[in-house]
Amino acid sequence: MEDEVVLLDLWASPFAIRVKIALEEKGIKYECKQEDLFNKSHLLLEMNPIHKKIPVLIHNGKPISESLIIVQYIDQVWNHKSPLLPSDPYQRSQALFWADYIDKKIYGIGRRIWMGKEDQEEAKEELIQTFKTIERELGDKLYFGGESIGYVDVALVPFTSWFYTYETCANCGIEAACPKLIAWAKRCKENESVSKALTDPLEIYGYLLQLKKRLELQ
Amino acid sequence: MAEEVKLFKTWSTPFGLRVVWALKLKGIQYDAIDEDLSNKSALLLQYNPVYKKVPVLVHNGKPISESLVILEYIDETWKQNPILPEDPLEKARERFWAKFNDEKLLPSIWDAFTKEGKEREEAIATSLENLKFVEEELKGKIFFGGEKIGLADLVFGWLANLICVFEEVTGFKIIDERFPVLLAWMQEFLELPIIKDNLPPHDKLVIKYQALYEKYHPAK
Repeated sequence: MEDEVVLLDLWASPFAIRVKIALEEKGIKYECKQEDLFNKSHLLLEMNPIHKKIPVLIHNGKPISESLIIVQYIDQVWNHKSPLLPSDPYQRSQALFWADYIDKKIYGIGRRIWMGKEDQEEAKEELIQTFKTIERELGDKLYFGGESIGYVDVALVPFTSWFYTYETCANCGIEAACPKLIAWAKRCKENESVSKALTDPLEIYGYLLQLKKRLELQ
Repeated sequence: MAEEVKLFKTWSTPFGLRVVWALKLKGIQYDAIDEDLSNKSALLLQYNPVYKKVPVLVHNGKPISESLVILEYIDETWKQNPILPEDPLEKARERFWAKFNDEKLLPSIWDAFTKEGKEREEAIATSLENLKFVEEELKGKIFFGGEKIGLADLVFGWLANLICVFEEVTGFKIIDERFPVLLAWMQEFLELPIIKDNLPPHDKLVIKYQALYEKYHPAK
Protein backbone atom coordinates (compact mmCIF):
# COMPACT_ATOMS: atom_id res chain seq x y z
CA MET A 1 0.00 0.00 0.00
CA GLU A 2 1.35 3.38 -0.89
CA ASP A 3 1.88 5.83 1.94
CA GLU A 4 -0.37 8.83 2.06
CA VAL A 5 1.47 11.79 3.53
CA VAL A 6 -0.16 15.21 3.97
CA LEU A 7 1.39 18.28 5.58
CA LEU A 8 -0.82 21.04 7.00
CA ASP A 9 1.40 24.01 6.33
CA LEU A 10 1.89 27.74 6.43
CA TRP A 11 4.49 28.84 3.87
CA ALA A 12 6.23 31.25 6.27
CA SER A 13 6.41 28.96 9.29
CA PRO A 14 9.96 27.94 10.24
CA PHE A 15 8.42 25.01 12.14
CA ALA A 16 6.73 23.67 9.00
CA ILE A 17 9.98 24.13 7.05
CA ARG A 18 11.70 21.76 9.48
CA VAL A 19 9.21 19.08 8.47
CA LYS A 20 9.62 19.83 4.76
CA ILE A 21 13.40 19.51 4.98
CA ALA A 22 13.06 16.17 6.79
CA LEU A 23 10.59 14.88 4.18
CA GLU A 24 12.89 16.01 1.34
CA GLU A 25 15.93 14.40 2.98
CA LYS A 26 14.09 11.09 3.08
CA GLY A 27 12.71 11.46 -0.45
CA ILE A 28 9.09 11.23 0.69
CA LYS A 29 6.29 12.38 -1.61
CA TYR A 30 3.71 14.44 0.21
CA GLU A 31 0.77 16.75 -0.33
CA CYS A 32 1.05 20.23 1.12
CA LYS A 33 -2.11 22.05 2.28
CA GLN A 34 -1.83 25.76 3.06
CA GLU A 35 -3.62 27.01 6.14
CA ASP A 36 -4.76 30.51 7.03
CA LEU A 37 -4.16 30.99 10.76
CA PHE A 38 -6.94 33.58 10.93
CA ASN A 39 -9.36 31.13 9.27
CA LYS A 40 -8.37 27.60 10.21
CA SER A 41 -9.68 24.65 8.17
CA HIS A 42 -11.93 21.93 9.63
CA LEU A 43 -9.16 19.47 8.87
CA LEU A 44 -6.65 21.37 11.01
CA LEU A 45 -9.09 21.68 13.91
CA GLU A 46 -9.86 17.96 13.64
CA MET A 47 -6.23 16.85 13.33
CA ASN A 48 -4.82 19.15 16.02
CA PRO A 49 -7.75 19.96 18.31
CA ILE A 50 -5.55 20.77 21.30
CA HIS A 51 -3.16 23.35 19.88
CA LYS A 52 -4.92 24.12 16.57
CA LYS A 53 -1.50 24.88 15.08
CA ILE A 54 0.61 23.92 12.11
CA PRO A 55 2.62 21.97 11.15
CA VAL A 56 0.61 18.76 11.34
CA LEU A 57 1.78 15.68 9.48
CA ILE A 58 -1.00 13.30 8.51
CA HIS A 59 0.40 9.84 7.71
CA ASN A 60 -2.18 7.39 6.35
CA GLY A 61 -4.89 9.39 8.09
CA LYS A 62 -3.11 9.61 11.48
CA PRO A 63 -1.99 13.06 12.70
CA ILE A 64 1.29 13.95 14.38
CA SER A 65 1.79 17.47 15.80
CA GLU A 66 4.70 19.57 17.11
CA SER A 67 7.49 20.06 14.57
CA LEU A 68 10.35 18.34 16.42
CA ILE A 69 8.13 15.40 17.35
CA ILE A 70 7.16 15.16 13.66
CA VAL A 71 10.84 15.21 12.59
CA GLN A 72 11.65 12.44 15.09
CA TYR A 73 8.67 10.45 13.76
CA ILE A 74 9.84 10.87 10.15
CA ASP A 75 13.37 9.82 11.13
CA GLN A 76 12.09 6.66 12.80
CA VAL A 77 9.54 5.60 10.14
CA TRP A 78 11.68 6.33 7.06
CA ASN A 79 14.96 5.05 8.36
CA HIS A 80 16.21 3.78 4.98
CA LYS A 81 18.28 6.90 4.28
CA SER A 82 19.62 10.18 5.66
CA PRO A 83 19.44 9.51 9.39
CA LEU A 84 18.83 12.83 11.14
CA LEU A 85 19.45 11.70 14.71
CA PRO A 86 22.64 9.90 15.79
CA SER A 87 22.30 6.26 16.84
CA ASP A 88 24.60 6.68 19.85
CA PRO A 89 22.37 7.52 22.87
CA TYR A 90 24.71 10.21 24.24
CA GLN A 91 25.13 11.96 20.86
CA ARG A 92 21.39 11.69 20.43
CA SER A 93 20.75 13.30 23.81
CA GLN A 94 22.96 16.23 22.86
CA ALA A 95 21.07 16.67 19.57
CA LEU A 96 17.73 16.63 21.45
CA PHE A 97 19.11 19.13 23.98
CA TRP A 98 20.25 21.65 21.35
CA ALA A 99 17.10 21.42 19.24
CA ASP A 100 15.09 22.02 22.42
CA TYR A 101 17.32 25.03 23.24
CA ILE A 102 16.60 26.45 19.80
CA ASP A 103 12.88 25.90 20.39
CA LYS A 104 12.97 27.65 23.76
CA LYS A 105 14.86 30.70 22.52
CA ILE A 106 14.84 31.73 18.86
CA TYR A 107 11.19 32.26 17.94
CA GLY A 108 10.25 34.00 21.20
CA ILE A 109 13.26 36.33 21.31
CA GLY A 110 12.98 36.99 17.57
CA ARG A 111 9.33 37.94 17.95
CA ARG A 112 10.24 40.63 20.48
CA ILE A 113 12.59 42.04 17.86
CA TRP A 114 10.16 42.25 14.94
CA MET A 115 7.25 43.41 17.11
CA GLY A 116 9.44 46.45 17.86
CA LYS A 117 8.21 47.34 21.35
CA GLU A 118 10.15 48.65 24.41
CA ASP A 119 11.89 45.29 24.95
CA GLN A 120 13.46 45.23 21.47
CA GLU A 121 16.97 46.30 22.60
CA GLU A 122 17.00 43.71 25.35
CA ALA A 123 15.79 41.05 22.89
CA LYS A 124 18.58 41.99 20.46
CA GLU A 125 21.21 41.35 23.16
CA GLU A 126 19.59 38.03 24.06
CA LEU A 127 19.43 36.94 20.42
CA ILE A 128 23.13 37.58 19.85
CA GLN A 129 24.03 35.72 23.07
CA THR A 130 21.84 32.81 21.99
CA PHE A 131 23.45 32.64 18.54
CA LYS A 132 26.91 32.81 20.13
CA THR A 133 26.05 29.88 22.39
CA ILE A 134 24.78 27.89 19.42
CA GLU A 135 27.86 28.83 17.37
CA ARG A 136 30.12 27.51 20.17
CA GLU A 137 28.28 24.21 19.98
CA LEU A 138 28.85 24.05 16.21
CA GLY A 139 32.57 24.55 16.76
CA ASP A 140 34.57 23.55 13.71
CA LYS A 141 32.06 20.99 12.46
CA LEU A 142 30.60 21.35 8.97
CA TYR A 143 27.13 20.81 10.38
CA PHE A 144 25.70 20.25 13.84
CA GLY A 145 25.10 16.71 12.59
CA GLY A 146 28.79 16.31 11.70
CA GLU A 147 29.59 15.60 8.06
CA SER A 148 25.98 15.95 6.89
CA ILE A 149 22.88 17.78 8.06
CA GLY A 150 21.14 16.39 11.10
CA TYR A 151 18.39 17.07 13.58
CA VAL A 152 19.83 20.29 15.02
CA ASP A 153 20.59 21.69 11.54
CA VAL A 154 16.97 20.98 10.55
CA ALA A 155 15.73 22.66 13.75
CA LEU A 156 17.74 25.85 13.22
CA VAL A 157 18.17 26.48 9.50
CA PRO A 158 14.60 27.71 8.78
CA PHE A 159 15.28 30.68 11.07
CA THR A 160 18.15 31.82 8.84
CA SER A 161 15.52 33.28 6.47
CA TRP A 162 14.54 35.56 9.37
CA PHE A 163 18.04 37.07 9.84
CA TYR A 164 17.22 39.79 7.29
CA THR A 165 14.17 40.75 9.37
CA TYR A 166 16.15 40.83 12.62
CA GLU A 167 18.84 43.01 10.97
CA THR A 168 16.36 45.37 9.37
CA CYS A 169 14.24 45.80 12.50
CA ALA A 170 17.01 46.16 15.04
CA ASN A 171 20.44 46.15 13.39
CA CYS A 172 21.46 43.03 15.25
CA GLY A 173 24.88 42.51 13.69
CA ILE A 174 24.52 38.72 13.49
CA GLU A 175 27.14 38.34 10.75
CA ALA A 176 29.79 40.27 12.67
CA ALA A 177 29.04 38.49 15.95
CA CYS A 178 28.64 34.94 14.54
CA PRO A 179 30.57 34.50 11.28
CA LYS A 180 30.77 30.70 11.67
CA LEU A 181 27.00 30.48 11.95
CA ILE A 182 26.59 32.53 8.75
CA ALA A 183 29.05 30.21 6.98
CA TRP A 184 27.09 27.22 8.27
CA ALA A 185 23.84 28.71 6.93
CA LYS A 186 25.41 29.11 3.45
CA ARG A 187 26.70 25.53 3.60
CA CYS A 188 23.23 24.22 4.54
CA LYS A 189 21.75 25.85 1.44
CA GLU A 190 24.07 23.70 -0.72
CA ASN A 191 21.79 20.81 0.27
CA GLU A 192 18.81 20.57 -2.07
CA SER A 193 16.47 19.57 0.74
CA VAL A 194 17.23 22.87 2.45
CA SER A 195 17.34 25.19 -0.58
CA LYS A 196 14.00 23.82 -1.81
CA ALA A 197 12.29 24.39 1.51
CA LEU A 198 13.71 27.71 2.73
CA THR A 199 11.66 30.84 2.33
CA ASP A 200 12.93 34.03 0.75
CA PRO A 201 14.13 36.50 3.44
CA LEU A 202 12.45 39.50 1.78
CA GLU A 203 9.12 37.67 1.57
CA ILE A 204 9.43 36.77 5.26
CA TYR A 205 10.08 40.42 6.13
CA GLY A 206 6.95 41.48 4.21
CA TYR A 207 4.92 38.73 5.86
CA LEU A 208 6.05 39.69 9.38
CA LEU A 209 5.28 43.40 8.81
CA GLN A 210 1.74 42.42 7.82
CA LEU A 211 1.41 39.98 10.72
CA LYS A 212 2.57 42.67 13.16
CA LYS A 213 -0.13 45.06 11.88
CA ARG A 214 -2.79 42.38 12.23
CA LEU A 215 -1.70 41.47 15.76
CA GLU A 216 -1.70 45.12 16.81
CA LEU A 217 -5.25 45.52 15.52
CA GLN A 218 -6.52 42.56 17.58
CA MET B 1 33.88 -0.72 33.25
CA ALA B 2 31.69 -0.04 36.29
CA GLU B 3 28.73 2.22 35.59
CA GLU B 4 28.79 5.55 37.33
CA VAL B 5 25.47 7.35 37.42
CA LYS B 6 24.94 10.62 39.29
CA LEU B 7 21.79 12.69 39.49
CA PHE B 8 21.93 16.35 40.47
CA LYS B 9 18.53 17.53 41.72
CA THR B 10 16.85 19.09 44.73
CA TRP B 11 14.82 17.24 47.37
CA SER B 12 11.57 18.68 46.00
CA THR B 13 11.88 19.35 42.26
CA PRO B 14 9.23 17.47 40.25
CA PHE B 15 11.57 17.54 37.24
CA GLY B 16 14.21 15.63 39.22
CA LEU B 17 11.61 13.32 40.71
CA ARG B 18 10.50 12.07 37.30
CA VAL B 19 14.12 11.08 36.60
CA VAL B 20 14.35 9.30 39.99
CA TRP B 21 11.24 7.30 39.09
CA ALA B 22 12.70 6.29 35.70
CA LEU B 23 15.98 5.18 37.30
CA LYS B 24 14.10 3.19 39.97
CA LEU B 25 11.80 1.63 37.37
CA LYS B 26 14.84 0.31 35.51
CA GLY B 27 16.69 -0.72 38.68
CA ILE B 28 19.65 1.60 38.00
CA GLN B 29 22.02 2.36 40.86
CA TYR B 30 22.86 6.03 41.13
CA ASP B 31 24.23 8.69 43.47
CA ALA B 32 21.82 11.52 44.24
CA ILE B 33 23.26 14.97 44.87
CA ASP B 34 20.69 17.38 46.33
CA GLU B 35 21.61 20.94 45.41
CA ASP B 36 20.88 24.17 47.25
CA LEU B 37 19.70 26.38 44.40
CA SER B 38 20.65 29.56 46.26
CA ASN B 39 24.22 28.25 46.34
CA LYS B 40 24.80 26.04 43.29
CA SER B 41 27.78 23.72 43.35
CA ALA B 42 30.71 24.26 41.00
CA LEU B 43 30.05 20.80 39.56
CA LEU B 44 26.46 21.65 38.62
CA LEU B 45 27.59 24.84 36.88
CA GLN B 46 30.24 22.84 35.05
CA TYR B 47 27.80 20.11 33.98
CA ASN B 48 24.98 22.48 32.94
CA PRO B 49 26.58 25.74 31.86
CA VAL B 50 23.70 26.62 29.51
CA TYR B 51 20.82 26.64 32.01
CA LYS B 52 22.62 26.10 35.39
CA LYS B 53 19.57 24.08 36.47
CA VAL B 54 18.63 20.71 37.89
CA PRO B 55 18.12 17.91 37.10
CA VAL B 56 21.37 16.86 35.44
CA LEU B 57 22.23 13.20 34.89
CA VAL B 58 25.92 12.38 34.67
CA HIS B 59 26.65 8.95 33.16
CA ASN B 60 30.30 7.87 33.29
CA GLY B 61 31.31 11.53 33.47
CA LYS B 62 29.07 12.73 30.61
CA PRO B 63 26.32 15.18 31.55
CA ILE B 64 22.77 15.30 30.15
CA SER B 65 20.42 18.18 31.03
CA GLU B 66 16.68 18.85 30.58
CA SER B 67 14.45 16.22 32.18
CA LEU B 68 12.68 15.07 28.99
CA VAL B 69 16.05 14.63 27.24
CA ILE B 70 17.33 12.73 30.29
CA LEU B 71 14.29 10.41 30.27
CA GLU B 72 14.81 9.55 26.57
CA TYR B 73 18.52 8.93 27.23
CA ILE B 74 17.75 6.61 30.14
CA ASP B 75 15.25 4.66 28.02
CA GLU B 76 17.74 4.22 25.17
CA THR B 77 20.66 3.28 27.38
CA TRP B 78 18.92 0.84 29.75
CA LYS B 79 16.47 -1.32 27.81
CA GLN B 80 14.62 -3.06 30.67
CA ASN B 81 11.12 -1.76 31.55
CA PRO B 82 10.84 0.60 28.58
CA ILE B 83 9.04 3.90 29.11
CA LEU B 84 8.56 4.61 25.41
CA PRO B 85 6.76 2.21 23.03
CA GLU B 86 8.42 0.93 19.83
CA ASP B 87 5.58 1.99 17.56
CA PRO B 88 6.46 5.42 16.04
CA LEU B 89 2.90 6.82 16.30
CA GLU B 90 2.54 5.74 19.93
CA LYS B 91 5.98 7.16 20.68
CA ALA B 92 4.96 10.47 19.11
CA ARG B 93 1.81 10.46 21.25
CA GLU B 94 3.78 9.98 24.49
CA ARG B 95 6.15 12.78 23.52
CA PHE B 96 3.21 15.05 22.63
CA TRP B 97 1.62 14.61 26.05
CA ALA B 98 4.91 15.00 27.90
CA LYS B 99 5.39 18.32 26.08
CA PHE B 100 1.78 19.32 26.80
CA ASN B 101 2.36 18.88 30.52
CA ASP B 102 5.60 20.84 30.57
CA GLU B 103 4.55 23.66 28.24
CA LYS B 104 0.84 24.02 29.02
CA LEU B 105 -0.62 22.19 32.02
CA LEU B 106 2.11 22.69 34.60
CA PRO B 107 2.65 26.40 33.79
CA SER B 108 -1.12 27.09 33.90
CA ILE B 109 -1.51 25.42 37.31
CA TRP B 110 1.60 27.21 38.57
CA ASP B 111 0.10 30.53 37.43
CA ALA B 112 -3.14 29.65 39.21
CA PHE B 113 -1.05 29.14 42.36
CA THR B 114 1.10 32.27 42.08
CA LYS B 115 -0.96 34.97 40.36
CA GLU B 116 -3.63 37.26 41.77
CA GLY B 117 -6.88 38.87 40.67
CA LYS B 118 -7.82 38.70 36.98
CA GLU B 119 -4.60 36.88 36.02
CA ARG B 120 -5.42 34.18 38.55
CA GLU B 121 -8.96 33.79 37.19
CA GLU B 122 -7.57 33.40 33.67
CA ALA B 123 -4.97 30.88 34.84
CA ILE B 124 -7.65 28.81 36.55
CA ALA B 125 -9.79 28.83 33.39
CA THR B 126 -6.79 27.77 31.27
CA SER B 127 -5.87 25.05 33.77
CA LEU B 128 -9.39 23.64 33.64
CA GLU B 129 -9.31 23.60 29.82
CA ASN B 130 -5.95 21.83 29.89
CA LEU B 131 -7.18 19.33 32.48
CA LYS B 132 -10.19 18.52 30.26
CA PHE B 133 -7.83 17.57 27.42
CA VAL B 134 -5.86 15.32 29.77
CA GLU B 135 -9.06 13.72 31.14
CA GLU B 136 -10.16 12.95 27.57
CA GLU B 137 -6.80 11.39 26.69
CA LEU B 138 -6.92 9.10 29.72
CA LYS B 139 -10.42 7.71 29.03
CA GLY B 140 -10.44 3.95 28.59
CA LYS B 141 -6.87 3.60 29.92
CA ILE B 142 -5.38 2.83 33.31
CA PHE B 143 -2.22 4.78 32.59
CA PHE B 144 -1.22 7.15 29.77
CA GLY B 145 1.08 4.32 28.66
CA GLY B 146 -1.82 1.81 28.64
CA GLU B 147 -1.48 -1.16 30.98
CA LYS B 148 1.87 0.02 32.31
CA ILE B 149 3.32 3.43 33.05
CA GLY B 150 5.32 5.22 30.40
CA LEU B 151 6.95 8.57 29.69
CA ALA B 152 3.72 10.58 29.93
CA ASP B 153 2.81 9.03 33.31
CA LEU B 154 6.23 9.94 34.74
CA VAL B 155 5.86 13.48 33.41
CA PHE B 156 2.27 14.00 34.64
CA GLY B 157 3.25 12.27 37.88
CA TRP B 158 3.85 15.57 39.71
CA LEU B 159 0.04 15.96 39.83
CA ALA B 160 -0.23 12.89 42.03
CA ASN B 161 1.93 14.28 44.84
CA LEU B 162 1.88 18.08 44.42
CA ILE B 163 -1.75 18.92 43.60
CA CYS B 164 -2.87 17.91 47.08
CA VAL B 165 -0.14 20.16 48.52
CA PHE B 166 -1.36 23.12 46.42
CA GLU B 167 -4.94 22.39 47.51
CA GLU B 168 -3.93 22.24 51.17
CA VAL B 169 -2.04 25.54 50.94
CA THR B 170 -4.59 27.50 48.87
CA GLY B 171 -7.82 25.90 50.09
CA PHE B 172 -8.82 25.63 46.42
CA LYS B 173 -9.49 22.26 44.79
CA ILE B 174 -8.63 22.35 41.09
CA ILE B 175 -8.88 18.62 40.22
CA ASP B 176 -12.37 17.94 41.51
CA GLU B 177 -15.18 15.48 40.65
CA ARG B 178 -15.30 16.94 37.13
CA PHE B 179 -12.19 14.84 36.46
CA PRO B 180 -13.01 11.29 37.62
CA VAL B 181 -10.62 9.55 35.21
CA LEU B 182 -7.72 11.78 36.23
CA LEU B 183 -8.49 11.28 39.93
CA ALA B 184 -8.53 7.49 39.40
CA TRP B 185 -5.20 7.68 37.53
CA MET B 186 -3.64 9.71 40.37
CA GLN B 187 -4.64 7.00 42.84
CA GLU B 188 -3.39 4.12 40.68
CA PHE B 189 -0.14 5.94 40.05
CA LEU B 190 0.48 6.66 43.74
CA GLU B 191 -0.09 3.00 44.62
CA LEU B 192 2.77 1.80 42.43
CA PRO B 193 5.68 0.78 44.71
CA ILE B 194 8.35 2.67 42.75
CA ILE B 195 6.27 5.84 43.09
CA LYS B 196 4.98 5.37 46.64
CA ASP B 197 8.48 4.59 47.95
CA ASN B 198 10.05 7.55 46.17
CA LEU B 199 8.14 10.65 47.15
CA PRO B 200 9.43 13.75 48.92
CA PRO B 201 7.97 14.06 52.45
CA HIS B 202 4.47 15.59 52.25
CA ASP B 203 4.80 17.75 55.37
CA LYS B 204 8.04 19.26 54.16
CA LEU B 205 6.40 20.04 50.79
CA VAL B 206 3.48 21.79 52.52
CA ILE B 207 5.90 23.99 54.49
CA LYS B 208 7.85 24.84 51.37
CA TYR B 209 4.83 25.71 49.22
CA GLN B 210 3.12 27.56 52.05
CA ALA B 211 6.18 29.82 52.25
CA LEU B 212 6.22 30.29 48.47
CA TYR B 213 2.49 31.07 48.45
CA GLU B 214 2.98 33.78 51.07
CA LYS B 215 5.79 35.23 48.99
CA TYR B 216 3.49 35.49 45.94
CA HIS B 217 0.50 36.71 47.93
CA PRO B 218 1.89 39.12 50.55
CA ALA B 219 -0.66 40.08 53.18
CA LYS B 220 -1.91 43.58 52.48
